[in-house]
Amino acid sequence: MSYAIKNLVQGSRELIAFRIGDQEFCVNIMSVREIRGWTQATPLPHAPPFVMGVINLRGAVLPIVDLSFRLGLGQAEPTARHVIIVAQVRNKTVGLLVEAVSDILTVTDENIQPTPEISTDHEKQYARGILAIDKRMICLIELEGLFPETESEAA
Amino acid sequence: MDMNEIKEIFFQECEEQLAELESGLLKMNDGDRDPETVNAVFRAVHSIKGGAGAFGLDDLVSFAHVFETTLDCVRSNKLEPTHDVLKVMLRAADVLADLTNAARDGGSVDSARSAGLVRELEALATGEAPPAAAPAVAAPAPAPVAATPTDDSGFQPIPFSFDAFDDEPATPRFAITFKPRRDLYSKGNDAALLLRDLSRLGEMSINCDMDALPPLDEMDPEEAYFSWTIELSTDKGEDAIRSVFEFAEWDCDLDVTAQAEQAAPTGEEPPMVPVPFDLSLLDEGGASEAKAPESVVAAAVAAAETASNVTQLAGAAARQEKREAPAAAPAAAAAAANAAQNAAAGQTIRVDLDRVDRLINLVGELVINQAMLSQSVIENDANGTSTINMGLEELQQLTREIQDSVMAIRAQPVKPVFQRMSRIVREVADMVGKQIRLVTEGENTEVDKTVIDKLAEPLTHMIRNAVDHGIETPEKRIAAGKNPEGTVKLTAKHRSGRIVIELVDDGAGINRERVRQKAIDNDLIAADANLSDEEIDNLIFMPGFSTADKISDISGRGVGMDVVKRSIQALGGRISISSKPGHGSTFTMSLPLTLAVLDGMVVTVAGQTLVVPLTAIVETLQPEAQNIHSFGSNQRLISIRNSFCPLVDVGRILNFRGTQANPVEGVALLVESEGGGQRALMVDAIQGQRQVVIKSLEANYTHVPGIAAATILGDGRVALILDVDAVVSASRGQSLKPEMSLAVAG
Repeated sequence: MSYAIKNLVQGSRELIAFRIGDQEFCVNIMSVREIRGWTQATPLPHAPPFVMGVINLRGAVLPIVDLSFRLGLGQAEPTARHVIIVAQVRNKTVGLLVEAVSDILTVTDENIQPTPEISTDHEKQYARGILAIDKRMICLIELEGLFPETESEAA
Repeated sequence: MDMNEIKEIFFQECEEQLAELESGLLKMNDGDRDPETVNAVFRAVHSIKGGAGAFGLDDLVSFAHVFETTLDCVRSNKLEPTHDVLKVMLRAADVLADLTNAARDGGSVDSARSAGLVRELEALATGEAPPAAAPAVAAPAPAPVAATPTDDSGFQPIPFSFDAFDDEPATPRFAITFKPRRDLYSKGNDAALLLRDLSRLGEMSINCDMDALPPLDEMDPEEAYFSWTIELSTDKGEDAIRSVFEFAEWDCDLDVTAQAEQAAPTGEEPPMVPVPFDLSLLDEGGASEAKAPESVVAAAVAAAETASNVTQLAGAAARQEKREAPAAAPAAAAAAANAAQNAAAGQTIRVDLDRVDRLINLVGELVINQAMLSQSVIENDANGTSTINMGLEELQQLTREIQDSVMAIRAQPVKPVFQRMSRIVREVADMVGKQIRLVTEGENTEVDKTVIDKLAEPLTHMIRNAVDHGIETPEKRIAAGKNPEGTVKLTAKHRSGRIVIELVDDGAGINRERVRQKAIDNDLIAADANLSDEEIDNLIFMPGFSTADKISDISGRGVGMDVVKRSIQALGGRISISSKPGHGSTFTMSLPLTLAVLDGMVVTVAGQTLVVPLTAIVETLQPEAQNIHSFGSNQRLISIRNSFCPLVDVGRILNFRGTQANPVEGVALLVESEGGGQRALMVDAIQGQRQVVIKSLEANYTHVPGIAAATILGDGRVALILDVDAVVSASRGQSLKPEMSLAVAG
């Protein structure tokens, strides 16, 4: 597995692109486990506002993160058309609520431009670069940066 | 299966044997004189030795051998298993465990320690043994080794050293009896070839025994009728002789005995000299016995040896303790048979944990599906046909049974962890020169394997603390009018769907003055802070407390307790402490069972479905307006049979709603918390009682205060399981807010 990832990093890599509002984002396909439709989540007490609750993923309890809220783009109003990207972030599985999955991209390192200077610390935390494809601008997200490892210390 | 896998299995078996060994020794230490206990201990060491020999782990073999010799003295009543003797043996068991670990992980063992124990063990064996045997054991290590080649399970390593005979010109002579079974021939071996190989070792005289040969018309052409007795003079050693039969040893009866004149210098009546019982016993068992699991064979060998001991006893009744030999002999045989049976009953297989997890998940799905099916049948067909209902009922029973058995696979008693603790107590107590007894209770309480694995570390830490700092030196204890021997008590029990582990010591308790001073010195609290005793005790869990210098100077506690607290929390557990100056301290850990089923009350709170563990609920009641009383600014009490119990709105405390619900419209669950306090938990409605599968929230999320775990309901949705104790303590004014930043919070 690590060999495959290494290969992808050196040469081309595959990304899954998705839409939130009028912006497009993408994540490395290697961290995506599956994509499924929205189901009502069970809210968790004392959860941060971007944690929508938990759903049942074939017997496992999966937390659902409102990615729109997490990226600072306002709270999502989930509908039946919304999509949950089930992603592996370190040793945990997280569901990311997005509006729609738009594309699977194959890119090489040359396609990735650095994050613009104007970005704030918040954006720098997760944005790993920008892709320009067919006049679209797609922001490459690093999930590990979005959900920093705090539990090793806390839990 | 390659060699490494086989080796791995051996080490896993070693772990079991070591556990068996330790528990047996501890039982003996508590006064258990059942010969079966002694035999079990002996067998454990013997099996380790046998396996280690097969893998050429010489250090392990030689230590196990000395240990075994001493144990054999106990077994044959030559050595009284007093506390002092057992103390040495327990430490020997520790060293044996270290040697095993070193052999597995390639580490090294404190050789001074093992050598010291070898001397102690030998001294025990010689000190009490009859004088005749004394020179044998007093001789350097190789000599006793030479005296024990009774193991015909084939694993006998036989580091048979002839150093002792170097000054004797005569070549050692061996008497060999070789009796093939029909399997030997059916596997393509040839007795003649084996004998020819044997003849290359030295001068040999051979005698064929044809007594078993039947008349020609009764002869089975595939049967083995001949056996041979061989006298062989060789300087190659017994090892070489046995290696000739290496590939045939399971299919024949083989006995190799060093001849008397050579054996003499090593001792006249060594405890484990081969006895004819070996052969006869194996004969009865036939070929299958030889292929039986090693433990059974070991048991059989043990039986033979026990029997021989009994016979010796009978012969020498005058000098030995009085026993009725004829009665004792069948009894011993029966005991051995029992042992063999026990070994069979306790058989285990090792399964990859992932496979079990997958099975558990699937069964969880099955349970949910079954619930869904029942629900939809009831909804769609109110007066459903009786066959469907009967079928559903049966399905429900079956699923429940499957679920129970699958859950039981992962559940394991906490015993192994508790046993490891007894070793830590011994070691630390030895180091600091204290007398400490570890008492364990509820060690058969079952918890999920993952919990058990993670329990060892915090427990070790706490036990070390208790022994090092909690319990006073014997002098101080005597001065304080206490028993010089301190007691550390470790208990486990189930409570409210959690496991509660308690560590109690009868030491000096926490020195609150010093803890407080330390906290002030480290800027953890203000110098004029007004803290209750409980709050002071809990200061020792503060991270700053252990990183300070001169940690061990604190006479109370405080070494790395923040680490302990963190690892307990990582398991979704809680830890609390209560201490009585002069009387000791109690640490209470409450841990989830992670993967287990739980009987729960399914309730509705603010539109959400919650599960309350049934074990926590004392009773449910419908509050009436005249029983609700306001107290203070925003507290309410409910009067139940003339006592007042605080009302806790679950929806409010979990932040599901902003205002308190009207109690008259809801249902109150009277619960009892770990602390003993009663509370009336207000919920909106009760849906019913159900068994639910506990799903970890921590696996993908993080610990949620007030919530013990999650489960999946019949409709496939997640429901949260209420952590009653946390809710109750939250109602005392402690906040339910997360103590930690969320893993996904960023």
